[in-house]
Amino acid sequence: MENNDVLVKVSHMTKKFGDLLVLDDISFDVKRGEFLCVVGPTGCGKTTFLNCLTKLGVYQLTSGEILINGEPVDLRKHNVAYIFQEYSAFPWQTVEENVAYGLKMKKRPAAEIRQRVDEMLELVGLTEYRKYYPSQLSASMLQRVSIARAFAVQPDLLLMDEPYGQLDNSLRYKLEDELIKLWQKTGTTVIFITHNIEEAVYLSQRILVLSNKPTGIKKEIENTLPRPRNVTDLAFNKLRDEVTDLIKWW
Amino acid sequence: MKKKKFDLERTLYAVLAIGCFFLLWWFLTTFTAVKETTPGPVAVLKLLGESFFKPIGGKVITGHLLTSLRRVLVGFSVATLIGIILGIAMGTSRWAEAIIKPIFELLRPIPPIAWISLVILFFGIGETSKYILCGIGAFTNVTLNAYTGAQNVDPELIGCARMLGTSERDIFFRVILPSCTPQIFAGMQVALSTSWMAVLAAEMVGAQEGCGWMIQRGSDTLNITLVMVGMIVIGIVGMLLAALMRTIERRLCSWNIMEE
Repeated sequence: MENNDVLVKVSHMTKKFGDLLVLDDISFDVKRGEFLCVVGPTGCGKTTFLNCLTKLGVYQLTSGEILINGEPVDLRKHNVAYIFQEYSAFPWQTVEENVAYGLKMKKRPAAEIRQRVDEMLELVGLTEYRKYYPSQLSASMLQRVSIARAFAVQPDLLLMDEPYGQLDNSLRYKLEDELIKLWQKTGTTVIFITHNIEEAVYLSQRILVLSNKPTGIKKEIENTLPRPRNVTDLAFNKLRDEVTDLIKWW
Repeated sequence: MKKKKFDLERTLYAVLAIGCFFLLWWFLTTFTAVKETTPGPVAVLKLLGESFFKPIGGKVITGHLLTSLRRVLVGFSVATLIGIILGIAMGTSRWAEAIIKPIFELLRPIPPIAWISLVILFFGIGETSKYILCGIGAFTNVTLNAYTGAQNVDPELIGCARMLGTSERDIFFRVILPSCTPQIFAGMQVALSTSWMAVLAAEMVGAQEGCGWMIQRGSDTLNITLVMVGMIVIGIVGMLLAALMRTIERRLCSWNIMEE
């Protein structure tokens, strides 16, 4: 995890809709294997920020560029996965078929697919539900299916857009711990967008605080709190307050 | 997933309901003025039994039934195939929608029966025109449902599939088609009934065999018992075909038909 080479390099990312400037000259790097959280005030353009990253190659920037491994982004070449707030498991496939989907598309050998699916299902606690269809699962299980499916393909970069926004707190805590476990085990680079500051402090290695529109980077904060983190810990709360102060609009 | 239990209670109610229907029919045709015009269930069932061995106009009842069934299934299958292709094309391509939809909307309200004269004019009174009429009966429902199904495919699922490395061609087979299968099946269920309707209409004009011909023959010779035999056969076969469709749907769309 301490590997410091840059995986994603965003340089002068600017997006305008007509005359409206939404993203204003944003530049940042994401290191290989890093867990980066992006927070910002409501309506600051987090979605546009993410769209510029997720719809790579399709969503045209007004100016600036995004490089992965030093090359312009190419979805056919770079292995990018994303997880949305809405559940995106294929309803006609069972849990295990969903998790295996990306691997099949990438034409991995059957034995490897089986092994990886078993591993992922075990990690997200869905082994006994592997033959279930999405319509038979709860909200948190559905999100776990999406997460397992995304991690299974071992993406170079995983983008997560408020994936736990629809879940209640207790489930969210549980899934956050699972996510950390998966990230530590796979070493995947994660960009996690959230409006929940506590979640950002709990998960991240670094926090990117966005400003109000036109969106820019207000501050980058290194999060060196030891893991496992405790939300009642003094240092945790200090960092949370620091981030909160940065995005305060009231 | 729980295995569906054989529901004894439901079967009992079904048997009771059908029993009551026959009882009412028998009562009306035995004790009321209806008996003057309408045969009772016993006479109809007797003729039905006899018709398995005694030909009606050259064929026993199974022969007529198979003829009608063949006409329905050929017309229905071809129309289903064309309907799925056109419906999905309209639902997924703006160009296809712009070109096909206006013509489809114009033809949609025209009932299959209205086509009879034109179809006979172009294709004669042979089998082709009967297949075409059955096809016209099925086409609208399947096309419309495939179209709405394809339009309602969740774009997020397409995005996910694309992100997970699915090629554009595979997106059609792996996302769009399975996504709209339940809706296509719903359309096929209705389409099968309309195909039956169309075959009867087709067989009433210039046919020498089939269930529709039987009913027409009964009507022409004032043999109401024969008319009712034809109706009962169609009812039973229609019910069996609908059940078969539901079984296939349960197989193909088990993810969409969850037990409570």
